[in-house]
Amino acid sequence: MTTDPEDAQDASRRLAVRRLTLTDFRCYPFLRLEADPRPVVLTGANGAGKTNLLEALSFLTPGRGMRRATLSEVARREAQDGAPWAVAAVLDGPGGPVEIGTGREPGSERRTVRIGGSPAKARELDGIASALWLTPAMDRLFTEGAGGRRRFLDRLVFGQDHGHAAAAAAYEHAMRERTRLLKAGGGDAAWLTALEDAMARHGATMAAARNAAVARLDAACAEAVGPFPAARLALAGEVEGWTAEGGAAAAEDRLRAALFRARARDEAAGAATIGPHRTDLAVRHAGRDLPAGQCSTGEQKAVLVSIVLAQARVRTALSGLAPLLLLDEVAAHLDATRRAALYDVLSGLNAQSWMTGTDERTFESFGERAQYFRVESATVVKNDFLPTDEHR
Amino acid sequence: MVGPELERLIQVLSRLPGLGPRSARRAALHLIERKDVLMRPLAEALASAADSVRRCPVCGNFDSVEPCAICSDPRRDDGLLCVVADVGSLWAMERTGAYAGRYHVLGGLLSALDGVGPEDLGIARLVTRAAAAREVILATPATVEGQTTAHYIADRLAGTGVAVSGLAHGVPVGGELDYLDDGTISAALRARRSL
Repeated sequence: MTTDPEDAQDASRRLAVRRLTLTDFRCYPFLRLEADPRPVVLTGANGAGKTNLLEALSFLTPGRGMRRATLSEVARREAQDGAPWAVAAVLDGPGGPVEIGTGREPGSERRTVRIGGSPAKARELDGIASALWLTPAMDRLFTEGAGGRRRFLDRLVFGQDHGHAAAAAAYEHAMRERTRLLKAGGGDAAWLTALEDAMARHGATMAAARNAAVARLDAACAEAVGPFPAARLALAGEVEGWTAEGGAAAAEDRLRAALFRARARDEAAGAATIGPHRTDLAVRHAGRDLPAGQCSTGEQKAVLVSIVLAQARVRTALSGLAPLLLLDEVAAHLDATRRAALYDVLSGLNAQSWMTGTDERTFESFGERAQYFRVESATVVKNDFLPTDEHR
Repeated sequence: MVGPELERLIQVLSRLPGLGPRSARRAALHLIERKDVLMRPLAEALASAADSVRRCPVCGNFDSVEPCAICSDPRRDDGLLCVVADVGSLWAMERTGAYAGRYHVLGGLLSALDGVGPEDLGIARLVTRAAAAREVILATPATVEGQTTAHYIADRLAGTGVAVSGLAHGVPVGGELDYLDDGTISAALRARRSL
């Protein structure tokens, strides 16, 4: 069974990177990669530069990319401090090809974004390209502290509700101001009240957005997809609970009152002890009826894949635009059945997926449904060799 | 490449808002090429403004007369006091021609992280001035700091009997809902009025 690569380029492919150009990005002085809309498999030894390519793609969306790096960290290692770097891509989207460029210009402290050759704001990228990623660091998501899960949660929420980032930023800002004021000896009570009002308003907005997003995601995860288990998602946080109980306006009042009561405690703790910045995402493996953190490493990875695929479906339903999937070392911890099932799902998606791995053989069930590139010491070569042919 | 005088000019120009080293060089060159029609008049205008313009002791506006032209205009309504963060905001309000009351320029916004507190903004002086007004209009920006400052001032004025209002947040004039972000639409919905 062979598939003509051109067949894969049918109209149902909604978002795909056709060309990626990197300049002074991480280990790449210069790189140009041309791809068709099929899933992309990048293989190579550890440290060859595979993950850097996924990270470059993650910069085609707003934010700090999949490693949450600073602008200096992604510049080429040999470069001086403040050196420029750039990621440019041509994307095939529903409205035809779009050129996106992003990077840092010499001497600038901010990320520059260009869409179709004109300067743009980073948040404008969101209507054009979106991406979801899974990295090996996320293998510990269900067992590590709540902070990582909360960041994961907020990225999922932002993918469904773009106002979430602004509310979260405003909340954090007001919270930092309040903490600073409390540390300085409490200061002016009216000033604290004003900051608590800002925290309550933005905090209740955040909680409402999280509730709505997690409800959608929980519904989308309720059914198992092939060997990927059904999962149940819930939020463990006071403000989200209040919002679900009595609406955002009531939650706002309760948070405002709770912050007022917590002043002495927060002053002693040096941080706000109540609010949506302490919320946790609780995930259960539905089939086993166990918290995901108590499942085996492989099962945890399968649950994580379930959530990411569910988020891709939710996003597509909400915006009509499927996100690029950036799956770093995704085959690790998955058995052959699950790998084959994952490749079937990815082949049927409306958006291109990009995967990395050290071993070509773990991708053999993809066959000609994917395209293969070999990454070696910061060079990328298209590999016409299909793993299936060799191992049949 | 350039002499010390020109280098100094470029350096000073590059500290202006919106100008980097490159545009400062271009501006310096532009000036030097038009010495008589532009550079000398600019130098004179700068010297004269530096000598005569100062902060109005009443409202905090910039003017060459004390109190400023707005504070001393007898046609303006003493009962209305509009609180703005800076003189740029005052100018923006004045451009509308829609406001005929007095102003109070805070000269900044409350920010614990930047170490700006109520005493730096002269809030006590504002409270004294507000006692003579019917209504205080808080026209601080719709940012966390702007809204915190507005909330703080409203709190300080509570119980003084003066009416306190704030600028409405929501749909801009000529704006289409389809193009607005969710936060703006929900703010507009909360601030809806009966027609």
